[in-house]
Amino acid sequence: MTTVLIVGARSDMARAIARSYARSGCELILAARNPDTLTADIADLKLRHGAAARAVAFDVLNTQQHGAFLGSLGTLPDTIVCVVGLMGDQAQSERDVTAADLVMRTNYTGPALLFAEAANRMAARGFGRLIGVSSVAGERGRARNYVYGSAKAGFTAYLSGLRQRLAQAGSKVQVMTVLPGFVRTSALADMETPGFLTAEPDEVAAAIRKAEAKGRERIYVRPVWRLVMAVIRGLPEPVFKKVKL
Amino acid sequence: MRTLSGWGRFPRADCRVIAPKDEAELRGAVASASSAIARGNGRSYGDSALNPEATLLLRHSDRILDFDPVSGRLEAESGVMLADIIKTFLPRGWFVPVTPGTKFVTLGGMIAADVHGKNHHRAGSFGDHVESLELMVADGRVLRCSAQENAELFDATRGGMGLTGVIRSAVFRMVKVESAFIRQEIVRTRDLAETMAAFEASQEWTYSAAWIDCLARGRNVGRSVLFRGAHARAADLPAGQHSNPFVFAERHPRRLPSGFPGFALNPWTMKAFNRVYYAANRPVSGIVDYDRFFYPLDALLEWNRLYGRHGLLQYQCVLPKSEALVGLTAMLDAVARAGAGSFLSVLKLLGLGRGMLSFPMEGYTLALDFPANPRTLDLLSRLDAIVAAHAGRVYLAKDARMRPEMMGGYCGLPAFRKARKAADPSGKFSSLQSERLGL
Repeated sequence: MTTVLIVGARSDMARAIARSYARSGCELILAARNPDTLTADIADLKLRHGAAARAVAFDVLNTQQHGAFLGSLGTLPDTIVCVVGLMGDQAQSERDVTAADLVMRTNYTGPALLFAEAANRMAARGFGRLIGVSSVAGERGRARNYVYGSAKAGFTAYLSGLRQRLAQAGSKVQVMTVLPGFVRTSALADMETPGFLTAEPDEVAAAIRKAEAKGRERIYVRPVWRLVMAVIRGLPEPVFKKVKL
Repeated sequence: MRTLSGWGRFPRADCRVIAPKDEAELRGAVASASSAIARGNGRSYGDSALNPEATLLLRHSDRILDFDPVSGRLEAESGVMLADIIKTFLPRGWFVPVTPGTKFVTLGGMIAADVHGKNHHRAGSFGDHVESLELMVADGRVLRCSAQENAELFDATRGGMGLTGVIRSAVFRMVKVESAFIRQEIVRTRDLAETMAAFEASQEWTYSAAWIDCLARGRNVGRSVLFRGAHARAADLPAGQHSNPFVFAERHPRRLPSGFPGFALNPWTMKAFNRVYYAANRPVSGIVDYDRFFYPLDALLEWNRLYGRHGLLQYQCVLPKSEALVGLTAMLDAVARAGAGSFLSVLKLLGLGRGMLSFPMEGYTLALDFPANPRTLDLLSRLDAIVAAHAGRVYLAKDARMRPEMMGGYCGLPAFRKARKAADPSGKFSSLQSERLGL
């Protein structure tokens, strides 16, 4: 049976992803800082899909303990999905070093170093899959969310480099970068976003599973985002500076 | 801040939307707002789930918490979608005791609106099948409500439109079925009296509802196509399906494009549709899957866009049995006179109601929908007058515009107010609708 570890399991996106794997008969390990908050999720996975599921404690910021955490799971999971993310408040991140640092470590350092550790272990074993949920915000820094965006950019670059390294070493370990765009989660509940650019959490899960089946390594959940981001990346700096995005 | 509306896309309001992730966050949101209302999947038609100061979005709290495969007792968080409940439990031989005409509603929404279905004459409303619920009241406490504990609050919350507090979770009983199919019979009637007689003759059927041709005039007024059905037993299915009675070809829903022009629905297309629909539904009996029987409109995602960008107004009322023939004739006449025509007009015989703010009462319920515009608003005021004159009432979950006087039809209102006052003395839980109606 395939075992899937989901890190950052408290998010709406993570819940949709967990359900999708459970539906396929996978065993789920849900990780969050306080595993007691996942009791209802574990019951839900069992009742909906008859899945074997358990919750474990994990703090993505405690990077020194990542190795020990992976070791504590018994067998190294077949697949690890990292859905950790912290948007933060941009205005606060501009003023407050501590707040900005937390956003950066949560979105970049923590997830990247977890995958660093996991990739080495998976490479040694000979197989495995790492799925990193990054963000289109990392494609070009914008005034409205560049602290978050820069950290996601770092994570995206890390996943890209890791993927190339493993491929060139002839490893069978797969690395996938997921760029969801707007997702209708609790975090975005109060934000007006264009409907055609906004995916449901279930769509993110479906897109990941489809990409897995097709062996795709870098995906936009809604294809329209590929075009949108190509345009945003293509704007010359003097123009980009002036437009509100 | 987000612009929200109900399913009718009328009215719209800028609301601060908060999606609490757990009980503590919900308590924080309730404490910090002076006024708030819960919202599920936004399928009530009007302004029942709109509160500019704080609209609490519960659809992300959607975990199934417990299920007893012997009794069918299901416990779930209030944000769980009906579609998910069915998808999960129907293959195991369980169906919901009551379902409205769409499966894209949340458990909390079904309880708050005390929804009814095609089986109301036998099974009552959804609230009748709820054993208990957990309700966060205005002071942040979570109260367990059932027939034994906080019984009055329990009664007021089932049908209470979210005005007693926020439903966190609920326990209800599913019903055992042998297949995913409905044994259906179609009866065509020529006028209203015949339609009503057909309903009376269908009392033994689990499900019954009629599509009514509201554009028919003269001696054809009230002509209908009555659909009645019962859960098919495995033995009722065609030979090939006895061994897998829960498998059927699922429909792939289509999405109506945004910007669909409102003028596409006009008196001429509507009349043509009504004629064709009446003629096409020949009296036959057969087996249909549950999805086609209960949720024909779910096949067209965002069908509310059919009415163009100004939205639609749905009107659903119930008239006591003794008043129904005269009252419904007057209503259909008013609709036909206005040349308004509604292409989804549904008639159904309801059984006894539960009181308080719950809509159903014994009698005939008629549901009509129209494009939202000033002419429709005028027509609906005329319909209100007819409903009031015949001691009927209008369904709050569909309403977006009626005046406070119309609440006179709810004889349980004083009892509801008393129960609400006890749980929420300051009236913290309120919606644009509750303010408009002075609930």
